[in-house]
Amino acid sequence: MRESDIHINRVDWIAVSIYFALVIIGWFNIYAAVYDSQVEKSIFDFSINSGKQLVWIGTAIALITIIMVADYRFFENLSLIIYGVFMLILIVTPFLGKEVNGQTLSIGFGDFRIQPGEFAKFATALALAKVMERPTFDLSKKNYQFIAFGVLFIPIALILLQPDTGTAMVYFSFLLMFYREGLPQWYFGLGLGMVTITLLALGIDNNLYLALAIVLLTAALIFLGKRTWQRILAFSLIGIGLIAYTYSIDFVVSKLPPHQQNRIMVLFNPDIDPLGVGWNVTQSKIAIGSGGLLGKGYLEGTQTKFDFVPEQHTDFIFCTLGEEFGWVGSLVVIGLFVGLLYRLVIMAERQKTRFSRIYGYGVISILLFHFMINIAMTIGLFPVVGIPLPFFSYGGSSLWSFTVLLFIFIKFDSSRATQLGRIS
Amino acid sequence: MKDQRPVVILIFIFLVSVILLAKLFTIQVLDDSFMKRAERNAIQRIVDHPYRGLVYDRTGKLMVFNNPIFDLMVVPKEFKVGDTTRFCQLFKISKEQLIEGYNAAKNYSRVKPSPLIKQISTTDFARIQDFLVDYPGLFIMTRSVRSYPTPTAAHALGYIGEISAGQLERDTLKYYSQGDYVGLSGLERYYENELRGKKGVKYKMVNVRGVDKGPFKDGEYDTASIAGKNITSTIDLDLQRYGEMLMNGKTGSVVAIEPKTGEILAMISAPFYDPNELTGAEFSKTYRRLNGDKAKPLFNRPIMAMYPPGSIFKIVQSLIGLQEGILTPNTTLSCNRSLVACHNHPNPVNLFGAIRNSCNPYYHQAYRMIINQGISSNTFKDTEIGLNAWREKVLKFGLGGSLGVDMFGEKGGDIPSSKLYDRIYGSGRWKYSTIYSLSIGQGEMQVTPLQMANLAAIFANKGYYYTPHLVKEIDGDPTLIPGKFQIRHDVGVDAHHFDLIQDAMAEALYGTANRAVIKDLVIAGKTGTAQNPHGEDHSVFIAFAPKDDPKIAIAVYVENAGWGGRAAASTASLMIEKYIKGEISRPALQEYVLAGNFN
Repeated sequence: MRESDIHINRVDWIAVSIYFALVIIGWFNIYAAVYDSQVEKSIFDFSINSGKQLVWIGTAIALITIIMVADYRFFENLSLIIYGVFMLILIVTPFLGKEVNGQTLSIGFGDFRIQPGEFAKFATALALAKVMERPTFDLSKKNYQFIAFGVLFIPIALILLQPDTGTAMVYFSFLLMFYREGLPQWYFGLGLGMVTITLLALGIDNNLYLALAIVLLTAALIFLGKRTWQRILAFSLIGIGLIAYTYSIDFVVSKLPPHQQNRIMVLFNPDIDPLGVGWNVTQSKIAIGSGGLLGKGYLEGTQTKFDFVPEQHTDFIFCTLGEEFGWVGSLVVIGLFVGLLYRLVIMAERQKTRFSRIYGYGVISILLFHFMINIAMTIGLFPVVGIPLPFFSYGGSSLWSFTVLLFIFIKFDSSRATQLGRIS
Repeated sequence: MKDQRPVVILIFIFLVSVILLAKLFTIQVLDDSFMKRAERNAIQRIVDHPYRGLVYDRTGKLMVFNNPIFDLMVVPKEFKVGDTTRFCQLFKISKEQLIEGYNAAKNYSRVKPSPLIKQISTTDFARIQDFLVDYPGLFIMTRSVRSYPTPTAAHALGYIGEISAGQLERDTLKYYSQGDYVGLSGLERYYENELRGKKGVKYKMVNVRGVDKGPFKDGEYDTASIAGKNITSTIDLDLQRYGEMLMNGKTGSVVAIEPKTGEILAMISAPFYDPNELTGAEFSKTYRRLNGDKAKPLFNRPIMAMYPPGSIFKIVQSLIGLQEGILTPNTTLSCNRSLVACHNHPNPVNLFGAIRNSCNPYYHQAYRMIINQGISSNTFKDTEIGLNAWREKVLKFGLGGSLGVDMFGEKGGDIPSSKLYDRIYGSGRWKYSTIYSLSIGQGEMQVTPLQMANLAAIFANKGYYYTPHLVKEIDGDPTLIPGKFQIRHDVGVDAHHFDLIQDAMAEALYGTANRAVIKDLVIAGKTGTAQNPHGEDHSVFIAFAPKDDPKIAIAVYVENAGWGGRAAASTASLMIEKYIKGEISRPALQEYVLAGNFN
């Protein structure tokens, strides 16, 4: 090991501080989520989740140390091999893993289990960075787009087999990284259009209104522009395509498993079935909404503590925060996340190699997606998908994978002075 | 172009945060409905029901108390039975009962308590208590029901039951809630506000499965319940029981009043029932049975039954005549049986003789003198004026309207005014010959047994009465009873006019009610017979004693028992002896009454 590999004074302490702030606040919230005033147990008690989380935090710090002392070239050179290994693990998981509720998410021995789907995120980020770093790689060209999407779709397909829709969705967040690296904007325009139409089709009972709106819009666009026959034909075809898509959504939704259908429908009407499907979202909103401006005070929350919110220490950990610390507490934590993401953008942009910048945007993409979707689902802005809040939620796999993901980038960043300037 | 993209990404990140914070602000700060829903979720309001006040008799004997009932509750999730045979032995149940009870509890909820064994007796409870610690998931829940150590005075005490929907609606102060017990009749109803106490509230936290998680904010908002006030009744328990013994198997009423205070010493409505039956789990069953009984045991005869007063009313006529100056002790009239039927007695009679012999023609003539005073030359008009003036005087005797006893449902009886006859015969088309039945307490007039007992008290007091009432002290304080029971009502007849009446009543006993005579205790009494168009006449007797210092005034009605001198007078005499002497010196008379064969 060469001395120049450890650059403590070049470590971005702002990012590291925000990371630890989130981990510690998360840890306190996990304790609050399981706290029972009648059975007073210490936050350090290993029989409850906060004690166990302390073990995960300790091991996460060990992982950080390993990453920081390792040679950054290790990750760069082995990125495709790491990717390959995790893809293999994902392939064998459905056969070797333990089945819970029809899903096979984790592998391991006894109580020690990890979820490969979580770790495959950083492997995919590394692999994408590796294939996209070449100076000739241009995302505006079809053949390169094909390669990038290929690397992305392999883990998505494997995770969907488990099946774990929530985690698979996370991989689509790499589109943000693709955007930064030059994927043409019309992809996003199209994507945004499709999302809008999807939401409208699900939200409006009668698709006829939507179809009518598309016809009128198309007609208006044809009328306002140059009325050449090619243009009229092109717009008409697009209009017909959109109407067909509108009608296909209900068909596709009806083919989804019932629990996923309900998660989508609850978004539009949480009162459909307040004790059944709507329960999670309703109770989550009650918990957060009852926090008020300043919250009920630490360990004073009633909704999360008394199990009204399911999954409150993992995916719904934000409820504890919202209930006990109110809007101000939410503001602080969201502020920390925004601060971290902002810092990571700054850091990514100052990288000298294309590899580390792409990887940095991979980290940003995944953290932003988790942060956005997790909080949005707890307040009923997004369907319930089982993805954790980074650094906050209880669980070893989740904490470790986010820690590894983030600190590999912090390692790259701290080593940037020794990297050769290959940026294009 | 590409250089703008990091900026676009940063803007996107900020936009997402602003949307999240805006939505959070809406549900956390602007919309307080979530706060209320959270409270409904996790904070349970538990009402702490106060201990209902006790009722004692006038001598301090307990009449009504709260009997604790113990239910053994089980929480299936925590329950560990171990050796079932031993368990069944200890708790005195069969294995089948245990399995059945446990399964029922488990089907209801695994984490919430349900009853495993209901209504454990106090002795079994004491025995079981020691073993309870060995069985997790078991505990005792205490309820209480009204209990009566002496099964007596059911009508006067009344009963409690679950509040009705109508009562809940009328409860504008919103004190009661569904399932609360309230007094539904008798003292329990009239003194509901005193007896009920004040409910307390405890706020406790529960989790999503309804499991208790301790007091909310360490009980900062909890209030303790305040026990109801104890009531000392005016009833003499021994006298009441004795009266019920005498009236057993008969139909009728006995009302005994302490004349100087208006305190009701005994109030018997026969047939009666055991008040212990109208409590707890048996309530609905017993109520249905009693309500369907043709003898109407729930009908509170002393205040609800109405009869024509009969001959006893002649005393009121005498007093009005004396006070008016129309009659004097020397007014002598013939027993002219062409006017109205009478029985054999010396003829003619003065006022004393008329009372003693209960002479009908005497009062036919005397009443005409009271009614037709020649104020108008038109005899029809004169009768109308006379009747209404007379009625005003009669009302002062506590007749013709309810007295205001502390029970609900009291009837007022009826003393007719000119309006009644105008309605029947037309204005100006009736005169004295139409209404003469009133002279001897018959016709269109009705009184309740309570009013008759009050009449006896008025004769005893020489002209005044206190509204009869059932409560002597509230919380040990006699001044807390309703103020209306502390007001003296004068009947507007001078005291000296009563001397002749009292003498005649004492004398009358030897003529009409020999059985009622007690050695060395002077009773003043008057028999009556309430005509019954449906069968045998009702036997009526009023009396007070001792004549010179009256301690008790009494009215007895025995339905379908014929002439007042037999059933009613005998019963009244025994009651008086029991109250004043504390013992019965005439076992034969008692046997006669108990046998109940009066005709």
